[in-house]
Amino acid sequence: MSARTAAPPVAPNATAPRSDAAILRRRRLIHGSLTGIALVYAAVLLIAPLAGIIWAAIKAGGHAWVETFSQPDVRHAFYLTLIITATTVVVTAVLGVVVALMLARDPFPGRALVSAFVDLPLAVSPVIVGLACVLMFGTGGWFKPWFDAHGIQIIFALPSMVLVTIFICIPFVIREVAPLLGELGTEEEEAARTLGASSLQTFFKVTLPNIRWALLYGIALTTARAIGEIGAVLVVSGQITGHTETATLFILRAFDEGRDAQGYIVATTLALVSVLLLSGIEILKHRGERKLAS
Amino acid sequence: MTGIVVEGLNKSFGSFRAVADVSFEAEEGKITAILGPSGSGKSTVLRMIAGLERPDTGRISLAGEEQTNAPVQERRVGFVFQHYALFRHMTVRQNVAFGLRVRKVGKDETVKRVDELLRLVQLAPWADRYPDQLSGGQRQRVALARALAPRPTVLLLDEPFGALDARVRQDLRRWLDDLHSELGVTSLLVTHDQEEALELANEVVVMHQGRVEQVGTPDDVYNRPATRFVAGFVGAANVLEGRMDGGRVRVADGWTSGDGGDDLAEGVRVHAYVRPHQISIAGEQTRLGSTSAVIERITNLGWASKLRLRLTDGQDLTADVSNDELPVPPVGEGDRVHLDLRNAKVFEVEDRPGHYAGVGANGAAPESADGGSAEPAIVA
Repeated sequence: MSARTAAPPVAPNATAPRSDAAILRRRRLIHGSLTGIALVYAAVLLIAPLAGIIWAAIKAGGHAWVETFSQPDVRHAFYLTLIITATTVVVTAVLGVVVALMLARDPFPGRALVSAFVDLPLAVSPVIVGLACVLMFGTGGWFKPWFDAHGIQIIFALPSMVLVTIFICIPFVIREVAPLLGELGTEEEEAARTLGASSLQTFFKVTLPNIRWALLYGIALTTARAIGEIGAVLVVSGQITGHTETATLFILRAFDEGRDAQGYIVATTLALVSVLLLSGIEILKHRGERKLAS
Repeated sequence: MTGIVVEGLNKSFGSFRAVADVSFEAEEGKITAILGPSGSGKSTVLRMIAGLERPDTGRISLAGEEQTNAPVQERRVGFVFQHYALFRHMTVRQNVAFGLRVRKVGKDETVKRVDELLRLVQLAPWADRYPDQLSGGQRQRVALARALAPRPTVLLLDEPFGALDARVRQDLRRWLDDLHSELGVTSLLVTHDQEEALELANEVVVMHQGRVEQVGTPDDVYNRPATRFVAGFVGAANVLEGRMDGGRVRVADGWTSGDGGDDLAEGVRVHAYVRPHQISIAGEQTRLGSTSAVIERITNLGWASKLRLRLTDGQDLTADVSNDELPVPPVGEGDRVHLDLRNAKVFEVEDRPGHYAGVGANGAAPESADGGSAEPAIVA
């Protein structure tokens, strides 16, 4: 190869550079306006309402915060939300991984059907989920006699609230984990087996570490959704203050009773928990990836 | 026999018969290769030996112990995958230590063994890297060290160099050969690369469409192919159409030299498999019954020349001739030359219109080596 590289032949076209610049300018313009639209969209629909609530909560002042959180029914509402969310996360995470493994690995008959049904909770209104629960466990419901005979209260009590929240949150972990499992394939697991690992060892030492970020992300989405759930819980809980009232139900009642500031304060608290959770996961994930890359 | 013994293995996936009645033995301490084109069932055989796939029928024993239905983790096999299958969230060291950790080997012993293996595969300086920070060749060496760490009774390699580029593949092949002579672990290598099989293996099992075509030394399968498939698949060969004439094979205006086809009846149509490097060329007829041809094209490869030739009956063939053995005075394109077609392997053509599904010399299943084309062709 010679030291000097010949320039590629250029077609003699004097107008070419100018029209290139024009195209570039137009492209930049389109790109710029699309970015603008996206930003305005996010600002108006996502950030402005959130900022409004936070502003209202701050404006209420410190004493309003103290007053709100010293009420026993507010504390109980948060406690209830915590219990429901924790139970939902544990159940949907464990069963979600099991279902995701089935969907990704076992070509069982009816897999497509199961896969479609997993998304059902996203398509059905939570209120309908609540009504379905009432239909099954409420007065005249299919399962009511059995539970009554055993002295277990489902409707207007914690069990039905947990049940509907779990149902609504089923898709998140499955939808995060299943595609990743498909992408990962089975070779690493097979390698572990040939090296002497049992099925359980293979799952905990190879499969789980490989899906941990997807699983955490699914759990974060589940948590955020469970904290914010209101429709289905509203239908099944009976909204008994200090008894079956979650944090979101409290917000609803606060506005009904004209205690707007307390509503804003609880709402801000819930929103902050969700935002912190999601950004926490993002930061952890980033750090994990940096560690791998260094 | 304490190596690997496989008897009457069968495996179907739905209606597809992936492995059909496969039996062979892999000698202890040696490298045996299963050679075949993709879809020949060779990887399925390997996976059944490892226990990753369950045979429908048949028996497998490893190191003298029946293991047909033993769970994977109890077989003590080392398995090397084509795409490495390293644990991506573990460092090189953790990968190699995995097999010792799950078997509850003591900490000190694990560290010692891992260090020993990292030195063996020359990866000690990379011990704390993650797999995605290594090159393909390095990753495959980690995979090998990982497979060897728990001291497996047999080492199974599934196209271990298939995902690497040609240069790295060459280096690793030589390196594996050295490593094997040092360790002497019974090894079974699956490959579609005949060069790899011939270079590394003490014995070669040639598979095609789920069946074993031939088991033999590299010399056997190359020089004494048992079936037309082996003749066409192992090494390049010209497939020439001819017929039995006076106990010899007549091709165009001459005869092939060497033996073969003695058991065939007079006048039977045959295919003669002639290797490009087993064709001699003379400017003048020096031997009675030599075949004449016209040179269509000569390509000089430096040390040898590749000649495209056309016989008097229109058949094409390719010859590789060392430049020292080209005729003197020199011949050129368009010249008529005389060929000695040495060492032809002869298989009867079964007359069936449309394609030839000839029965091989040993009565193997009807299988066409070159995809059923009736045109004589060079198969590589």
